[in-house]
Amino acid sequence: MTNPANDEPAISFDHATFRLNGRALVDDLTLSVKRGETLVLLGRSGSGKTTSLKLINRLLVPSAGDVQVNGRATTAWDPIQLRRGIGYVIQDGGLFPHFSVAKNIGLVPQIEGWPANKIQARTQELLALVGLSSDLLDRYPQQLSGGQRQRVGVARALAADPPILLLDEPFGALDPITRSEIQKEFRDLQQRMKKAVIFVTHDLREALLLADRIALMENGRLIVDLPVDDFPHSREPLVRAYLEAFSGAEAR
Amino acid sequence: MMDFWHFMVTHRQEILGLTIEHVTLVGIAILLAVLIGIPLGILITRRPQLSRPVLGVANVIQTIPGLALFGFLLPVYWIGARGGRLAILALILYSLLPLIRNTYAGIRGVDPAVVEAGRAMGLTDRQLLWQVELPLASGVIVAGVRIATVVSIGLATIAAAIGAGGLGELIFRGLSMVNDSVILAGAVPAAALALSADMALGALERRLGTLRTRS
Repeated sequence: MTNPANDEPAISFDHATFRLNGRALVDDLTLSVKRGETLVLLGRSGSGKTTSLKLINRLLVPSAGDVQVNGRATTAWDPIQLRRGIGYVIQDGGLFPHFSVAKNIGLVPQIEGWPANKIQARTQELLALVGLSSDLLDRYPQQLSGGQRQRVGVARALAADPPILLLDEPFGALDPITRSEIQKEFRDLQQRMKKAVIFVTHDLREALLLADRIALMENGRLIVDLPVDDFPHSREPLVRAYLEAFSGAEAR
Repeated sequence: MMDFWHFMVTHRQEILGLTIEHVTLVGIAILLAVLIGIPLGILITRRPQLSRPVLGVANVIQTIPGLALFGFLLPVYWIGARGGRLAILALILYSLLPLIRNTYAGIRGVDPAVVEAGRAMGLTDRQLLWQVELPLASGVIVAGVRIATVVSIGLATIAAAIGAGGLGELIFRGLSMVNDSVILAGAVPAAALALSADMALGALERRLGTLRTRS
């Protein structure tokens, strides 16, 4: 997957709609994300955030409109090639329970045919990048803590250095202290990576910490799409409702 | 009891020969059933509209009484010519249901989040099957092989009625002679075979089952 020119959006939704059984889960969404930019999709459960993510890596195909990755509609991509260029992190990591940490992280490089020593070096490098000790390489997912599993999930998504990273409430299942640590680490990591990142959450505090831009969704529709610094000043009633619900949380 | 031991000792060569014959019948049947049943089980996870008819047919076969099935197959060309062939075919047919059903259930039971993560990473359908779904379903699939094997070892004793050989010969001979020792000389080794197959496959199943432990 080639990197697009810097100003060309890595991901763009063009009036994309996804219907299931006649109901629009994503309704006429138009949105784009540039390389090096982190967009947070904020919204409550069922607002269409996860569905939007799945439209990007073609786990779902839009019923109307277009979703483009590097200027090309997802439907025009070979799905395998498309997905190999997109890292995907889900809640609790979605790790393969029958593979060790090393094998989980090294799976995509392995099927891409990297030589073994290169895979090993890359695995070590990634483990260090997400703040884990290499003692964990031979462990299995069920032998790890929730925070460790999530870090391995991030490392696995980054294995083949994809230009795009999608995260679906990745830190939602963690205890507050671990979550706060891993959020800060992730923010530092992001600033070094220069990837196009879409991060799904229902947590406003997390959105304010990690986003360059926040897109607020409700019932499959985009309500606002604002730079993070402007978000708290929006007059949009739903934004006010979010801010009130989270008041007490310092707004960055 | 003394008669039984005496018979066992004096006829040990014959009993050993029949045991080998029995194991061969069941072994060939299970091997072929695995080669048919597991791919069929995989197929119906990929084509869900086929799952009802395939499982339905396998279910119906299962309800046919053993002796009747042998009877039905007897006139079939080539198959009916030899008792051994006929017995193997019948054992295959009876083994299909547990193999198809467990393969299907095992693959369907893999955590959907794990399968979706694999698909999102860009695994092809084949890679997903071999690297993720089959390893995680292997415990359940082996449980199906275990059921099929134990049932087949028992069922194969009836196959002696159509001249397929095996330990059933002693049982039928004992029945016609009204001699319990001869019946036991066939039944006890058959039961021992079934128990050891059950234990061995059970151990394998537990080993593979630990793979399934959710993260």
